[in-house]
Amino acid sequence: MTASASLKLPVPTGVSDRLKRKLSRNLKERVIESILFAAAAFSVFVTIAIVWVLVKESWAFFEHVPVTDFLFDTQWTPLFDDAHYGIMVLLSGTLTSSGVALVVAIPLGTIIAIYLSEFAGFKLREIAKPFLELLGGVPTIVYGYFALTFLTPILQKIYPDLPGFNLLSAGLVMGVMIIPYVASLSEDAMRAVPMSLREGSYAMGATRLQTALWVVTPAATSGIASAYILGISRAVGETMILAVAAGMQPNLTFNPAEPGATITSYIVQVALGDLPHGSIGYQTIFAAGLTLLLMTLAFNLLGYWLRKRFREVY
Amino acid sequence: MLKAADLGAIRAIITRAKRWDLFFAVLGLLSLMVGVLTFTVLFLDMAIQGVPRLSLDFFTNFPSRRAENAGILSAWVGTILVMLVTALAAVPLGVAAGVYLEEYAPKNWITDIIEINISNLAGIPSIVYGLLALGLFVYYFGFGQSILSAGLTLALLILPVIIVATRESIRAIPQSIHEGSYACGATTWQTVSDHILPYSSAGILTGVIIGMARAIGETAPIITIGALTFIAFLPPMPFAGDPAAGMFEWIFAPFTVMPIQMFNWTSRPEAAFTVNAAAAGFVLVFMTLAMNGLAIYLRYHLRKNIKW
Repeated sequence: MTASASLKLPVPTGVSDRLKRKLSRNLKERVIESILFAAAAFSVFVTIAIVWVLVKESWAFFEHVPVTDFLFDTQWTPLFDDAHYGIMVLLSGTLTSSGVALVVAIPLGTIIAIYLSEFAGFKLREIAKPFLELLGGVPTIVYGYFALTFLTPILQKIYPDLPGFNLLSAGLVMGVMIIPYVASLSEDAMRAVPMSLREGSYAMGATRLQTALWVVTPAATSGIASAYILGISRAVGETMILAVAAGMQPNLTFNPAEPGATITSYIVQVALGDLPHGSIGYQTIFAAGLTLLLMTLAFNLLGYWLRKRFREVY
Repeated sequence: MLKAADLGAIRAIITRAKRWDLFFAVLGLLSLMVGVLTFTVLFLDMAIQGVPRLSLDFFTNFPSRRAENAGILSAWVGTILVMLVTALAAVPLGVAAGVYLEEYAPKNWITDIIEINISNLAGIPSIVYGLLALGLFVYYFGFGQSILSAGLTLALLILPVIIVATRESIRAIPQSIHEGSYACGATTWQTVSDHILPYSSAGILTGVIIGMARAIGETAPIITIGALTFIAFLPPMPFAGDPAAGMFEWIFAPFTVMPIQMFNWTSRPEAAFTVNAAAAGFVLVFMTLAMNGLAIYLRYHLRKNIKW
């Protein structure tokens, strides 16, 4: 704070030890502060590096492939002789599987959040919340294994035409994986609603459900919305469940009962083979990654806007 | 004056509302059960299939073409070494960044950018970190498909977790502690190193464990940097070799990790390898559960014991 001022002080000979110590002390403080600042600023460097790497390799990709082909071609066969680069094919897999996951995660997550915040007793909440955290901490490869070897055979009993690899079972398991994120964040938002609002509602004779649905939920909209957004970006970015259980054949479909590749599982597929560094196949994964990054960025911005738009201040 | 008919109508409304209330309570419990049940089934299914496969040989054998001889030796050794690099890189950086943002950062646009950036980083899919590592660590810095590349990738991935945990546990320390320290003439760093860090260390540790548990299970970014799935040798002993050059040979060694080994076995058609995958998955889930459980216990213990 006063380092620059005291550094300029003339230090006459015979000055007391205390002043000298103060000088070195201030210098040390300054050095430490700069190191800590560098650590914090490092995170900005990470973002810049991500954008730089993705844009650099995608730039090389788009020198070969026109952007219109990338956006509007309906085939994705980058490694064939007759190469097509239609990202739509991978996007359809991503959107279908995410759609299935959200159909599971958003209703269940919301109901669990309302239940834990408005209905459950203290004890149950104390047990359930850590348990949900554990559920969110299971490695996704394990969920993928579960979808492939446990859920798919069960679904095939109900619906015999279902192929061994399909977006449906991957999406369903992904939904269960996302429940904890949605539930936990929504519950935090609901618990932040002041007690007086609930008491007002109860005093009017409302039941717990009426209070939860008509008083607490509207007041917590911004937090719940950002929980949903987080769930969506988790679903879009999820990789291993899809790589294991959905097959990796590019397939332009919105039917969850079919196998399909997503943006993420395509990247895994290419990385498993050994494509030479700098080849067009190598560059496609960066173009795919850039698409993914732009999607999650869009969701993050949407979430930011929703938080601002619906923020309730008490 | 209420007529009897009105009273009846009001009673009917109340009964209906109460019935809905009860219905929702049941629905809530059922939804919670879906989560609990999925987890139980997942864990039991894997345990039933995999546990009989667990033997000492499974932990001391290299992967093999014959399923019954295959083991996870290179995988668990690789996981431990990668985690070592991750922890060495992520913990100092994350804690330093967290301390800066809580104790030093002035309120200006630079701080705003750093804060927004950290929350954005937390939302970036893990596979994008894999692409960053492929372009930057593997090719640009020339680290190759090594333990170093993988460890640094996972370190970047869990950096936001550690920063957020550090900030939260520092924020839980009352302002009076700061003021007391400053009143005695301590500098900012003296306050941080003598008071803030020791008091928040348990909370930071919780965050570090949760971050590491996440890193242990991450598969996608490590596959993306091109880690091999079949490794039948061990990297050199860390810090053994000749001083200087030989001591760090291990960080440039090829490696495999537990989730990649499991992925490799899962994607093979033979049933015998599926059993191996179940066994590896069981070990993996056990590791992450143990770490998460430890973190939850620490946090719970902390909340009970600390009274400012």
